[in-house]
Amino acid sequence: MTKDKLSGAELVIRGLEHINVSTVFGVPGGAILPAYDPLYDSPIRHILARHEQGAGHMAEGYAQATGELGVVIATSGPGATNLITPLANALMDSTPLLAITGQVASDAIGNDAFQEAYTVGLSMAATKHNYLITDASEIPQILKEAKYIATTGRPGPVLIDIPKDILNQQASWVEPGELDLPGYKPTLEPNPKMVQQAANLIKKSKKPILYVGGGIIHSKANTELFDLATKFKIPVVTTLMGRGAFPDGNELCLEMPGMHGNYTATTSIQNADLLIAIGVRFDDRVTANPSFFAQNAKVIHADIDPAEIGKVRDAEVPIVGDAKSVIKGLMESLGDTNLDTEGWISELKDMKSKFPLSYKQEDKGPLKVPYVLEELQKLTKEEAIVVSGVGQHQMWISQHWNFTEPNTWLNSGGLGTMGYALPGAIGAKTAYPNKLVLALDGDGCFQMTCQELITASTENIPIKIVVFNNGNHGMVRQWQKIFYNSKFSASELTHDTPDYVKLAESMGAIGMRMMEKSDVEKVFNKMLEVNDKPVLVDCVVDPDDMVFPMVPAGGSNDQIIMNKEDLKNL
Amino acid sequence: MSERILSVLVEDKPGVLARVSSTISRRGFNINSLSVGPTNIEGRSKMTIVTELDAVEQVKKQLNKLVNVIKIVELDPSMTIETEVLLLKVSINKDSQTSVIEKASLSNATSVDVGQDFAIFELTGSSKELDKFESLMKPFGIIEMVRGGRIALQSNL
Repeated sequence: MTKDKLSGAELVIRGLEHINVSTVFGVPGGAILPAYDPLYDSPIRHILARHEQGAGHMAEGYAQATGELGVVIATSGPGATNLITPLANALMDSTPLLAITGQVASDAIGNDAFQEAYTVGLSMAATKHNYLITDASEIPQILKEAKYIATTGRPGPVLIDIPKDILNQQASWVEPGELDLPGYKPTLEPNPKMVQQAANLIKKSKKPILYVGGGIIHSKANTELFDLATKFKIPVVTTLMGRGAFPDGNELCLEMPGMHGNYTATTSIQNADLLIAIGVRFDDRVTANPSFFAQNAKVIHADIDPAEIGKVRDAEVPIVGDAKSVIKGLMESLGDTNLDTEGWISELKDMKSKFPLSYKQEDKGPLKVPYVLEELQKLTKEEAIVVSGVGQHQMWISQHWNFTEPNTWLNSGGLGTMGYALPGAIGAKTAYPNKLVLALDGDGCFQMTCQELITASTENIPIKIVVFNNGNHGMVRQWQKIFYNSKFSASELTHDTPDYVKLAESMGAIGMRMMEKSDVEKVFNKMLEVNDKPVLVDCVVDPDDMVFPMVPAGGSNDQIIMNKEDLKNL
Repeated sequence: MSERILSVLVEDKPGVLARVSSTISRRGFNINSLSVGPTNIEGRSKMTIVTELDAVEQVKKQLNKLVNVIKIVELDPSMTIETEVLLLKVSINKDSQTSVIEKASLSNATSVDVGQDFAIFELTGSSKELDKFESLMKPFGIIEMVRGGRIALQSNL
């Protein structure tokens, strides 16, 4: 028996089912309560987070791992304000996210009602678009529209705020119709003339670099990118958000450039005569001071977001379009061109062997993160999804982990949100229960969202967490060491509080610890054997280790600090 | 820095003014004048934004990203018909009365209300004309004044 009229809450849940949502992350509360009633009877899986920020990052992790929409539900007031961080994070990293928030009843809005916040206003600068629903009958259509906006063009977060009386209002289900969005028409197909101009520049280039990022992953254009790079022998640098878009280990892959990029990737851009920039935004962590960035290079800049083109660096050839279509167009225009890049490739190869990434792990000395990472990757037989926090460990992972597939490296690149790793990993593991999901975190980051370990245990989401415990905000400490005369103001956390093993166990997970080199293989093997529970490894590491190479903020990419010795010349 | 005039066609939806103005103010740019009103197309409003931006291209692109913004045209000042409206309340007395009315009428301002000790004038024209009228009235004592936002149309197809 179907009812003629449904409540707004029922329309929300039915609307979510209609747009193929199978999992939502959230925390209930007063204003959103009506929606949790029909959710109980729906096939949609709800993961109960311990904090709305965690719920938001879980939805982001789900979205980053799948490339599909992640959904988070929260209540009004503090529920909504706690979502601001994940929304801003998703906006920066172009993650398709849908947030549904409860709001106080329509007639109470603006009256400082209990748990009232001006959610639409607060989230305006942290979303791609947002809505306040004023009639329950709009709900199915707006859900369809919101998904479309979140997942197309340059993806991003969309928020729908629904007052409690609207959730209780009766209305008919009307099948969502055609979308009417006169102001939203993303350009997917590039202008063929611009593509031809780009191809002409590529043909003339002796030292081209493909500078690619998250746009390749969003566009699912990694196969096309591989064909383009390998057919025409063009070296590739992958930005932090683009790691995995082109396989590490391929002779053309130079990996990450920028502030903590490797020497060859950063320098290849400085020495290039042409940058073929696709799905990147010339972020300050890549360019350092833009006036010194790639001074000898002409620039082809292709992006789906026209506002990115010319924002930081003028492009000789601007192309607005989806990365996949742009690359296909370039392949066609280049045809059977032979690029003579052999000299260039061997120059870069020499550079790589002359300036490798390096670290020194002593047998009896404190553990070094790069060593632990490389050992862990050796022991994991399958392709893992790696989720990271923000800081030193994040840079070391990007440097030392071998990424060969897109969507296997999830992190907070643009906003730099500490605390992303654990909830992000829960989201990814929810999407792919059979894949190995590793949250590789710092101790400072972990403490920001660690209550979500309870979510992982109680919802049976057996992720693996490695906390690189240096007892400090490591990157802060590194900057204080270099730029503030080793005055370690407020960066020390202590190694032993909390006791991470006990903390894990109290939260229903398994806790382990490694202190020295001889522990690493043993403990990781034990960790990898567990498949029915979350496992946390407290990995105690050297607090004085620093991430190199390094280009200080605002510096020139021609002046790379390679090691501690170089610091003396600063 | 010279003035730039943006004519922005938007969907007539709640919050669109806030979205547009916050997109501009986010970068610390000042809006010299902003007016919003209906157009001849149902459900569409037009905003005329006058600002002094050196990064106007980037702001146009950012505004274009707003889902409710349909079209942005930057008007070429040399080909633009622009007008603004002003209401000005000035104090009058026996001695000044004649002089105020004479100056107002020479400025093409219309008197819309006259009381014992005040008069209200309305004037439509370019910003310069409005500025001039304001300085003419100043010596007599301006009690209150309001100017509407500037509106503009390109004077060709």
